[in-house]
Amino acid sequence: MADTVIYAMYDDDEVLKAGAKKLVSKGIKVNEVFSPFPIHGIDPIIGVKDTRLGIMAFLYGLTGLMLATIGMNYFMVQDWPMNIGGKPSFSYLENFLAFVPITFEFTVLCAAHGMAITYLLRNHTIPGMPAENPDPRTTDDRFVMELRLSENESYKSDQLEAMLKETGVVELDQKEIK
Amino acid sequence: MEYQVSNKAKVWTTVLMVIGIVFTGIGIIVASGYGHLGQQFMANLLSNSFFFFSIGLSALFFLALQYATETGWYAAIKRLIEAVAGFLPIGIAFMLITLLTLSFMQGAHIYQWMDPEVMEEGGSHYDELSAGKGAYLNQVFFWIRTVIYMAIYLIFWNGFKKRSRLQDEHPDRAVDLHFTNYRKGAVFLVFFAVFSSASSWDWLMSIDIHWFSTLFGWYVFAGSWCSAMIILVVLTLYLKKLGYLPKVNESHIHDLGKWTFAISFLWSYLWFSQYMLIWYANIPEETTYYLMRIENYKALYFGLFFINFAFPMLILMSRDAKRNAGILTFVGIVILVGHWLDTWVMVMGGSMGPTAHMGLLEIGMGLLFLGVFIRVVLNNLSKSPLTAKNHPFLDESLHHEI
Repeated sequence: MADTVIYAMYDDDEVLKAGAKKLVSKGIKVNEVFSPFPIHGIDPIIGVKDTRLGIMAFLYGLTGLMLATIGMNYFMVQDWPMNIGGKPSFSYLENFLAFVPITFEFTVLCAAHGMAITYLLRNHTIPGMPAENPDPRTTDDRFVMELRLSENESYKSDQLEAMLKETGVVELDQKEIK
Repeated sequence: MEYQVSNKAKVWTTVLMVIGIVFTGIGIIVASGYGHLGQQFMANLLSNSFFFFSIGLSALFFLALQYATETGWYAAIKRLIEAVAGFLPIGIAFMLITLLTLSFMQGAHIYQWMDPEVMEEGGSHYDELSAGKGAYLNQVFFWIRTVIYMAIYLIFWNGFKKRSRLQDEHPDRAVDLHFTNYRKGAVFLVFFAVFSSASSWDWLMSIDIHWFSTLFGWYVFAGSWCSAMIILVVLTLYLKKLGYLPKVNESHIHDLGKWTFAISFLWSYLWFSQYMLIWYANIPEETTYYLMRIENYKALYFGLFFINFAFPMLILMSRDAKRNAGILTFVGIVILVGHWLDTWVMVMGGSMGPTAHMGLLEIGMGLLFLGVFIRVVLNNLSKSPLTAKNHPFLDESLHHEI
């Protein structure tokens, strides 16, 4: 879908935040903000929904818990019963305590790795993926706000640019995307 | 001052105390027929004194921890922590009265090592294993240690309290006082690290005289820290509900909820670590502690672990639950009872053993102590402004957002 995108660059995150607040109060939709570090409190201003990563972490943890239980039950009890330190080995339940540390570690391992990989995938930032930020300087000391014309149809692009200039931008750029 | 103990709170705490006294009285009359009364009474007194004393102490520890780590978010609720820590002098008085009475009763079959018949060769209950610990577990050394613990706790608490008041009155000295608090907080943590372990060996572990565990001190400490965090959450919610603390926002409550959640895990982790290692090694002198509890209180003992671990884990896991006053209060009260029972089992297992039971005496004494505790904490709150002025991090705390 052809669209016009306006990139407004700032050199201070607080200026960007104040600007975003002002624009949003006028009914303008800010599509995205690029910054070298997380800007505290920007999410509710531009209307980013709460992350669901926590739910995924819980599910990954449950997966780890299940895999560890199934695995150890098979290795230590079913396939080749092992007797360590005189503990009964023919029942998982009676040996349950001995398996808890490993179950716990595997739960954490799965939750942590699952969460990290999901995060990278969702943000398109798996190592080697092409960068999506509009300007390399947003990984250094600049902050860019992205507006889309298609989402702000009640305004024209020069109206938007005029309003952006009032918020203290240092650079303005416009791009057509297909 | 801005907070006054409401009449409703006064009535309710008085009701708690009266019910407590009546129940205890009936309990004493009922128990006087069985011949264990002295032991039963003292064991309950010890378990309750220690439980509520340790909540005050843990609040002091938490305060010192915030000072030593130069944390910002807590500044808005600092007075609440101080109010709970302010129970410490009274808690210490309860502990000293209990221990002194036990001393005069030669241990009342709770501290067997206080009984010369057990410790001296030729005594009617002479026990070689117990006598072998006589170099550490004897009345003189026990009291030297106890007095040192209590004196150090009191000195630090008075210092923190004094500086907190000074900070309110002298804005120009606020930063200097903050750095004094920072240093004293760090020094207190060093003392606390040693004393919290050693004192729980003296006061609780020595009840099971043949048994020892290096994790025990931590386990006791984690339990009391968790109880202190619950008291802080519930107190904050209570004051907010009454319309005080307008500057305390959801994020502060979320943080307190996180602490409750995290310390529940710490407690469970230590409970499990101690249990698993002893179960695995299976050495008779170590397993006696658990054998006694599994034989006499199986449902209670494992039920407690479930309540104090699974409950907060499953219910407080989500972010929304930690910001919900109803859920926090419900879970808090359930696990507070859980930790109270946990302390009870710690004392009862080695003293009353199979003859212990939950009766009117036990519940009554708990209610009596709870009434006194709540009343003292609320009174402490009314003595100073609810927000500590001039704390260097107060502004950061008021803008706390997570």
